[in-house]
Amino acid sequence: MLGKSTFCGEALFCTKVLPGHFRNAFCITSESEERAYVAAVRGMSDTLQRNDTRITPGRDRMLTCVSLATFLCFLWYADSYFGDYSIRILNNIAIFTMLAVSYNLINGVTGQFSLGPNAFLAIGAYTSSLLTLSPEEKLRTFIIEPLVWPISEISVSFPVSIVAAGVVAALLALLMAIPVFRVRGDYLAIVTLGFGEVIQVVANNVVSVTNGPLGLKGLPPYTNLWWSWGVCLLTILCVVRLVNSSYGRAMKAVREDETAAEAMAINAFRTKTLAFTFSAFVQGAAGGLLAHLITTISPSLFTFMLTFNLLIMIVIGGLGSTTGAVIGAVLVTWGGELLRAFEEPVTVFGYTYEGIPGMRMVIFSVLLVLVMLFARSGIMGRHEFSWQALINRCHLIGNFLRRHS
Amino acid sequence: MCSARKFYYECVFKYVREFGGTLPRGSLHFHAFQNESYRVKTAYLHAVLGPGNVDYGFVLQQIVFGLTLGCLYGLLAIGYTMVYGVLRLINFAHGDLLMASAYIAFFGIIIFQIPWPLAFLLSVALTAAIGILIDRGAYKPIRNSPRISALITAIGISFLLENLGLVAIGGRPKTFPTPSLFEGSQTIAGVQIPNLSIWVFLVTCVLLAGVMLIVRRTKVGMAMRALSRDMETVRLMGIDIDRVISFTFALGSGLAAAGGILWCMKYPAVEPFMGVIPGLKAFVAAVIGGIGSVSGAALGGLILGLGEIVIVAVWPDWSGYRDATAFSMLIIILLTRPTGIMGEDLPN
Amino acid sequence: MTKILLVLSAILLAFLTPAWGTEPVVIGAYLSMTGNVAAYGQMGWDGISIARKMEPEVLGRPVEVKLADTKSDKVESANAVSRLIEKEKVVAIIGEMISGNTLAGADHAERRKIPMVTPTATNPLVTQSRKYVFRVCFIDTDQGRIAAKLALDQLKAKTAAVILDMSQDYSVALASFFKREFTKGGGKVVSDTKFKTGDRDFTPQLSSIKEAKPDVIYAPIYYTECALLAKQARDMGLNAPILAGDGVQAPELIELGGEAVEGIYFTTHFHRDMVEGERGKKWLELFAKEVGKEPDAFTAMGADAYFIVVDAIKRAGSCDPQKIRDTLVATKEFQGVSGTITMKPNGDPVKAMVVNKVKDGKFAYVTTIMP
Repeated sequence: MLGKSTFCGEALFCTKVLPGHFRNAFCITSESEERAYVAAVRGMSDTLQRNDTRITPGRDRMLTCVSLATFLCFLWYADSYFGDYSIRILNNIAIFTMLAVSYNLINGVTGQFSLGPNAFLAIGAYTSSLLTLSPEEKLRTFIIEPLVWPISEISVSFPVSIVAAGVVAALLALLMAIPVFRVRGDYLAIVTLGFGEVIQVVANNVVSVTNGPLGLKGLPPYTNLWWSWGVCLLTILCVVRLVNSSYGRAMKAVREDETAAEAMAINAFRTKTLAFTFSAFVQGAAGGLLAHLITTISPSLFTFMLTFNLLIMIVIGGLGSTTGAVIGAVLVTWGGELLRAFEEPVTVFGYTYEGIPGMRMVIFSVLLVLVMLFARSGIMGRHEFSWQALINRCHLIGNFLRRHS
Repeated sequence: MCSARKFYYECVFKYVREFGGTLPRGSLHFHAFQNESYRVKTAYLHAVLGPGNVDYGFVLQQIVFGLTLGCLYGLLAIGYTMVYGVLRLINFAHGDLLMASAYIAFFGIIIFQIPWPLAFLLSVALTAAIGILIDRGAYKPIRNSPRISALITAIGISFLLENLGLVAIGGRPKTFPTPSLFEGSQTIAGVQIPNLSIWVFLVTCVLLAGVMLIVRRTKVGMAMRALSRDMETVRLMGIDIDRVISFTFALGSGLAAAGGILWCMKYPAVEPFMGVIPGLKAFVAAVIGGIGSVSGAALGGLILGLGEIVIVAVWPDWSGYRDATAFSMLIIILLTRPTGIMGEDLPN
Repeated sequence: MTKILLVLSAILLAFLTPAWGTEPVVIGAYLSMTGNVAAYGQMGWDGISIARKMEPEVLGRPVEVKLADTKSDKVESANAVSRLIEKEKVVAIIGEMISGNTLAGADHAERRKIPMVTPTATNPLVTQSRKYVFRVCFIDTDQGRIAAKLALDQLKAKTAAVILDMSQDYSVALASFFKREFTKGGGKVVSDTKFKTGDRDFTPQLSSIKEAKPDVIYAPIYYTECALLAKQARDMGLNAPILAGDGVQAPELIELGGEAVEGIYFTTHFHRDMVEGERGKKWLELFAKEVGKEPDAFTAMGADAYFIVVDAIKRAGSCDPQKIRDTLVATKEFQGVSGTITMKPNGDPVKAMVVNKVKDGKFAYVTTIMP
C-alpha cells in the first residue's frame, strides 16, 4: 500500500489520513500518548520524504559514486594547478562545511540550541597544536611560563593529533552534558554560550598550558586539500548515516516534542548527549585542521563571532538539513571571500570606491536578519538532497523551457 | 581562666605565631585550617582580622567600586529583564544600546556642541527610539515564531549594530567628555569615593524607584505584568499589545542609555564593541536575580558587580578570570536555581 | 534578451579589468585599521601614503600599495599576509606596527620568501632566525635597558612596579627586559601585575601597586590602556611617575588621559625636532600640507619602511623578491625620516632611540640616545 503512492501522497497519507484510522485502532487515549503518536508520525513523514531511494537504489548509488569521483578529480586538479589563494579558500570551505554539518546535528536535528561550538573548536585546536609542536618549538614559544611537563615532551604525528583533538573535545562535551541538559530552550543557549566564554577565558589564563593570550605560532601547515576534504567527506557520510538511523529518528523525535519522545521510551538525555558529543568530536577535529591551516592560534580566534558564522551557515542552509548545512557553509565561506571586495578599493568607471573595512560583517548581519524575517526555513528547509528530487526539477525546467521557446 | 578560654587563646597564639599576625592575602592555608574546629577557626579569624589588623580601608574601597559597577550592571539588567518578562526574548542587542547611547551623547556634546544635560537627555530619548525601532522592525514579525528564530534574530541585530558602528564611526576609541560635575572624589574615613560613584548610586536609586512605580502603580505597568503571564489573554482583554511592548522596549532602552552614559564616564573609551561584555554580564545579572523581576535584576547586578571586584581584590592572581566569574555564576545559578534569587519556584 | 545581457557584462568586465599600460609594482601593507591598536595602523598608513606621494615611482613603474586590515588581531594578521602574497602577488610587504601581529605574519612571509619590513615591531623574535624579515626600528632589549637606565639615573628610582599587558608579545618581552636590567642596576621590582588587552578597569592591579609604594611605575603597554590606567591611578591618589615604551605615542593617550598623563616619560622612535636630512624635511613639509596634523613616531616609521623598500627595489634594479631581500640586507647609511638606518645582517638596524615626555598636552622631545 505504501509502496505504490508518490512520496507526496505518502506524506499526506501519514499526516492526515493515518492518524484518524490508527488512533481508534490502537486505542490511544491519554494526551501524552496522543502527542507521542503525532510526533512519531511527523518524524516518520519526514523520513518517508527522504527515503525514496527505496525506489531506485541502484541508480542513486551510481550517481553518488560518479559525482564523488568527479569531485575527487576536481580536487586533484585543484591541488596541482590552482593558486595558493584558491587552495586556501577550498580548505576553508571544507573545514567550515564540517563544522556546519556537526553544528546542524545538535541545533537542527536534535533541536537543542547550543551556542558553544567555539569552545570545542578551541579545545580541538589547542590539543592538536600542543601535540604536533616539537619540544624545541614549545620551549621557544612558551616565554611567560614553561609548558607543563607531560605535554612539553610529547610530539605526535598529524593524524593522531586530529583524532586526539576530537576525543578530548568529545570528553569535555560528555562532562558538560550532565549539567547542561538539565535546562532547555533559551537557558540552554545561554549556558552553552557561557561555557564558550569560560573556555576562552581559561585559554587566556592557564598560561602554562596554552601560552595565554600570546597563543601558539609557527604550527606546521599539515592541512592540505586531501586532509581537509577527506575528513569533511567522512564527516558528512557519518552524519548522514547517523541521521538516517534509529538514533537520528530519536533525535528528531526529541526535537519535535521531548516529553512525547520520553513517553515513547526514548531516553532523551542519552539522545541529546549522543548528538552533543558527536558534534563536539567533529568540531574538535575541525579545530585541529583549522589550527594547522592558519598556523597561528590564539584565544581571540575562538570568540562568539565564530559561533555566529556557523549559525548563519546553518540558518541560511536550512535548520535541520545536512545538505542545507553544506550549501550554507559553501555559500557563506565563499561569499565571505567575495564580499571582501567591498572592503578594498575598487575603481569602476573612473570612480574609486575606497574600501570600507567592516562592511562585510554588516552585510552578513543584514543577511541573517533578512533570512530570519522572510525565509526562516532557509534554502533547503528540512529536506535533504535526493537524486530523484534533482531529476524531477530538471524535468520541470526542461518542460518550462520547451514550452516557452 | 576556664579551659575553653585558655584553649581559645592558645589557638590564637599558635596561629598568630605561625602566620606572623597578618593573613597573607590570597594564600589562606586552607588545608591545615579546614581540619580545625569551628571554634578554633573563629579564634583564628578574630586574632587575624581583629580591630587594627584588617585593612578596613581596602575592604571599604573595594565595596565602593563594587557597588558602582553593580549599579551599572543593574541598570542594564533591568532592561533585559523587562523585555524577557514580556516577550520571553533575550535581547542580545541590549548591550549595543549602551554603545549607541554613548555615541549619541558623545556626538551631541562634541560635534553639535549641545550642553551636556540636554545631550544626555537627548541620548536617552534617541536610544529609547532605537529600541522601539528594533522591536517594530525586527522582533514584531517573528513574534509568533519559535523562540530559536527570535534568538537568532536578536543575535543578528546585535552584530548589525556593532558593525554598523564600526563602519560608520571607525574603530579608534573616542574619549567621552565627562562634565566636571562628575569628576574628582571625596575622601571619607580614608576611603576615596569618586563623585561619579555617588552619582551612579543616586541615579540608579531614582531610576529603580521610578521603574518600580511604573510597573506597580500605572496601567501600563499592569499591562506589562499581565503580558508576562499570558499574552493571549491580554489580547483578548482588548489591550493593544504592540503599544505595551513598545513601551517596555522604550523603558528598557532608556535605562540602558542612562547606564551607558554613566558607564562611559567611568571608562571613557567609546568604541563600537564596548557594549558586548557589559551586555552579557547584565544578562547574567538579570538571570541571577530572577529573570522577569525588576528588583531581582537590580539585586543581581549588585551581586555580580560586588562579586567581580571582591574576587579580584582578594585573589589578585586570578584577576584574569574576572570575566569567567560572571559566567560561572550564571552556570551555577542556572543549574541550581534557574528562576534566580527573586524568581518563583518552578514546579519541576 | 540574452544578447543584451552578454553585451552589458562585457562592458562591465572591460571597465573592471585594469587598464593596459605600465604594470605597477605592487607592495603589500598589512596594518591594523580597526581594533585595539587601530591608531597605529591608521598612522602608519598616513605615513606610507605621504611617502608614496613623495616617491610614487620606481624603475619607471608606478608603485601600488595594497592595504589589508588586520583588525589588531594576530590571526587576522596571518590571514592578511597570506592573502597579500597569494592573491595580490606582492613583491614586498610593509607591516605590522605591533610585535604580536608581526610575529604572526612573519612566518608566512618567511615561508613564501617575500621580504617584509616592519616599521615599529620592536620584539627581538621578529627577525631572529628569519632571513626575509627586517625592521627599521630598535629592539626591545635595548629599549628595556634604556628604560631601566632612565628609571635609575634620571628618575632616581630605587623601587619599581611593573604592569604589563599579557596579551601582547611586545609588552611581555619589554617588561621582562626592563625587570632584568633594573635589578641588574641595583633596583628592586616590588610589584608585578598583569591585565589583558581590552580591560578597562585597573583598580585591582592599581590597589596592589599602591600598597607596594614604588618610586616609578613601568607600563610597557598601549595607549588606550595606559591612558585609562594613568587616570585611574591618579584618581586613586597614586602619584608615582609613569615610565612607558613606544606603545603609548598616539594622540589618544592625551585625549583619553587628559591631566593624568602629564609627565609620562617614554622611549620611542621619533620626534619632529630631531629630524635632519633632506628626505625627512621634505616629508615633514608634505605631511603638514596634506594631512595637517603633527606626525608621530608611527607615521614617520611607516614612511621610513616605505622609503627603504622602494630604495631597495631601485638599488636591486628588479622586482624579484629575492633580489629585493638581498639589497635590503645590504642597506648602509640610508637617510630616513627618523634617522640614519644601517641594516645589520640579522635584519635589525643600528638606530637611535628618542626619549619623549608628555608636557602641556603634547609630546615634548627630551633627548636622543644611541644604544
